[in-house]
Amino acid sequence: MTDARLPDPQRLLPLPSVTFHILMALAGGDRHGYAIIQDVAARTDNQLRLGAGTLYRSLERMLSQGLIAETGDRPAPEQDDERRRYYRITPYGDAVARAEAARLMDLVRLARASGFARERA
Amino acid sequence: MISLLAYRALLWLYPASWRAEYAGEMRAAFAARRRDASGLFGVPGLWLEVLPDLVTNAAAVHLDLLRQDLRYAARTLRRSPGFAIAAVAIGAVGIGATTAAFTMVDHVMIRPFAYGEPDRLVKVTEDNSDTSPADFMDWRRMNTSFASLEAYRSLSVDLSGIGEPKRLDGAALTGGMLSMLRVSPAFGRVFTAKDDSESSPETVILSYGLWQSLFAGDADVLGRSIRLDNTPHTIIGVMPKGFYFPSRQALLWTAMRWRPDAFDDRRDTYIYGVGRLKPGAGFAQAQAELRSIGERLARAYPKELANTHVTSQRLRDDVSPRAVLLLKVLMAAAGCMLLIACTNLANLLLARAMMRRRELAVRTALGAGRERLVRQMLTESLVVATAAGTLGWLLAWATVPLLVRLIPVSLPLAETPELDPRVLLAATLLVLSTSTGFGLIPALRGSRRQISTELHEGGRSGIGGRRQRLRSALVIVEVACSVVLLAGFGLLTRALWRIQAVDPGFRADHILTLRTSLPMPQYGTPEKRDPFYRHVLEGARQLPGVTAAAYTSFLPMVLTGGIWPVEIAGHPEDIARRRTASLRFVTPGFFEAMGIPLVVGREVRETDSHRAPYVAVVSQSFVNRYWPGEKPIGRHFDFGNNDRVIVGVVGNIRVRGLERASEPQVYLSWQQTDAVSPWYAPKDLVVRAAGDAGSLAPALRRLIREADPDQPVSDVRPMTEIVAGETESRRVQLAVLGAFGAVAFLLAAVGIHSLLAFAVSQRSQEIGVRMALGAQRSDILGMTLREGFQLAVVGIAAGMALAYGAGKLLQSLLAGVAPHDAATFACAALVALVMTLLGSLEPALRAVRVDPTIAIRAE
Repeated sequence: MTDARLPDPQRLLPLPSVTFHILMALAGGDRHGYAIIQDVAARTDNQLRLGAGTLYRSLERMLSQGLIAETGDRPAPEQDDERRRYYRITPYGDAVARAEAARLMDLVRLARASGFARERA
Repeated sequence: MISLLAYRALLWLYPASWRAEYAGEMRAAFAARRRDASGLFGVPGLWLEVLPDLVTNAAAVHLDLLRQDLRYAARTLRRSPGFAIAAVAIGAVGIGATTAAFTMVDHVMIRPFAYGEPDRLVKVTEDNSDTSPADFMDWRRMNTSFASLEAYRSLSVDLSGIGEPKRLDGAALTGGMLSMLRVSPAFGRVFTAKDDSESSPETVILSYGLWQSLFAGDADVLGRSIRLDNTPHTIIGVMPKGFYFPSRQALLWTAMRWRPDAFDDRRDTYIYGVGRLKPGAGFAQAQAELRSIGERLARAYPKELANTHVTSQRLRDDVSPRAVLLLKVLMAAAGCMLLIACTNLANLLLARAMMRRRELAVRTALGAGRERLVRQMLTESLVVATAAGTLGWLLAWATVPLLVRLIPVSLPLAETPELDPRVLLAATLLVLSTSTGFGLIPALRGSRRQISTELHEGGRSGIGGRRQRLRSALVIVEVACSVVLLAGFGLLTRALWRIQAVDPGFRADHILTLRTSLPMPQYGTPEKRDPFYRHVLEGARQLPGVTAAAYTSFLPMVLTGGIWPVEIAGHPEDIARRRTASLRFVTPGFFEAMGIPLVVGREVRETDSHRAPYVAVVSQSFVNRYWPGEKPIGRHFDFGNNDRVIVGVVGNIRVRGLERASEPQVYLSWQQTDAVSPWYAPKDLVVRAAGDAGSLAPALRRLIREADPDQPVSDVRPMTEIVAGETESRRVQLAVLGAFGAVAFLLAAVGIHSLLAFAVSQRSQEIGVRMALGAQRSDILGMTLREGFQLAVVGIAAGMALAYGAGKLLQSLLAGVAPHDAATFACAALVALVMTLLGSLEPALRAVRVDPTIAIRAE
């Protein structure tokens, strides 16, 4: 995949919230599936516990969209009882996540102007 | 541990391609969560979360794949539009033909009537025809098999007082008939025993259709009165939509109300019995009992009932064997079509599968899983079958109205059957399985075994290889099927020609006919009818162009009954063979109007009045039967309740229609009726014109209105239409068979073409080498054509054998044409050869045009 031909990040917005959460989880570094689940759960105070089915379906779609990539370097097999795949956020994924964050901030700004939310986040 | 196993099992919900990719990951994730789950509700709580997650996402993954595959299928089909169009069209033809045909057959032969427990209903008749009230009453009294036995007679009445006077068909029913059929009215009530007694006021029940057309569905009709044959009848009920009894033509029902003298004459037959079997009583038992009752009655009344039998059949089976045969032919032809369509589709797909083996081999080599390939190709088949099914449905929808004309109107069934979705589904599934079977399996076999060889050898398949043999066999099946259809079509066409060539005994051209029903008792006697006839006939004869006009009881082929016993002094009554003849009252001028030749003597005259000697004009067949070789004029016989003397002999006519033998005919003077039922009063007007008879209708209507303004006019039609009606169902059948035959012909030609074209394209190198080695173009042409013809000859031979078998089954429809009619078979074979030639020509020419240098270099 060549970065020069990446589609406009805006085209994928608004992101499904699961996708956004996964991107946020991967922002801190490469992770395998279960680690993403744990990360999302911790980040949301256990409010969002991703099921494996939802997770891997999202991961597959994100792979095909080019938001994430599988990392080639895995920990040695003997380190884990199961062979695991690690995922990494791509530059494109990063751009899309930023665009989504900007979109959400704009939205919040508008909400404040309408008096739906207090100043000071 | 158990949780893990269960989870592993549940992963099978996912497609294999997904499992290969993610099953390990998901198991690991689950195992980790399972380790973290603690407490009493940890594990159940975990499952509560996991289960819906797993199931909904598995479904979503499948859906994603389906979407992907559909896109892929659409793309590949778009890339080969020829294949896509051919496959869909071929499938649609097969599905459409089968759906239409089976829908019709199901409608007539299987579909339940709108009666309660219709399988327990039995029609009881005398010699498969009508019976007399006295006999019926005896059956009712003597039987032990029926919970109830009721009777009906058909009815034809004039409705007046609402708009234009109309002639309506209906039925008179004994009081318990409708309750026995277990039908309830849309509103109002059905007849009771009280309605059926002569002392109570006359009542009528309307059909839904009549209620709609007369009263525009006004709910307030109960208690209103309508005039039927000038007698007021009170409307007591309206039957629901879709209720028909005893035939589709019956629009209203009255109570039977036997007259006291109805039971006097056992030879006066005009009613039919319908009974409901007692619980526990079997049909066979009832049939046997009725037979023995018939025998007892025949012994008790030998004069009237000698050699008559009580006959019975389930109401459901009350379909003429001819109609059944017509439908069976239709069904068989449709089956043939489906077979041809499927073989053709199979052939098409085999060719495509071979073309695609390379594509599949490449994709397999690139790492596509077999499961994904199978899925994609299945989706493609599904797309083709669905499109074919949709198109086939439209085709069936368009053809059923045509096929409806094969159903006799005498059946109590709705006019147009609804298309049967089960048949459609079955036919579509067959097409689907054909397309998967022949598209997928060969392709897969290729993908498994021959990846490397395919890629190495450029995918050239050997001539005469297994697959090519399979394709040849399919083409042979197609040719054979189309020969069967063509030969069947030919045989039935010849039968139609033969029937159309039958001389009806009268000249049907230039005749206009119509019916004036003459309501009774207003027109109860000849004296009362005289002014009407006089005005209409004299007026008609003065119309420009009219050469003759007359009234008769019934037109030939329209009413085929009206058969009376003949008794001749000196000829002791032959109990073994009742002598009968058809009885018609006619006015003077009838034979001229009908174009029936007068052989000897004179015709009926105005002077043959009630006071003059009773005369009869008889047909040649009548003379041949009773006085063969003798002079008939002046001979006496007893007929129609009186002694009659023969004054003339005329030619035979086909009273019972073109395909059946008719009784001898006796024509009596309309004035010499005696006690013959007023039903025989001449009601059908026959007018012969020098030019176009059809244009006379308005003038005739005016004359009738002048004679009696309340007199309805019905059945205005040329005599030719009546004669043509005799062959109507045959012509419809032929049109259908012809269409099937034509399509089969095309499909078989396409099959031959695609097979040879494929072979030629595969062999272009071989052909090139041959030509380089000195083979002439004519050799190449001959070689290719020979291959086509070899297939055709085998197919034609097999088709001939099958067609002969089919012809034997059809024999009763063939009107004497031999089932192995040489001319027909020769024609079918010739047509099949032409078809082969058409199919082979283009590939053969292509083979000839192969340029040896290019063909050899290309490899």
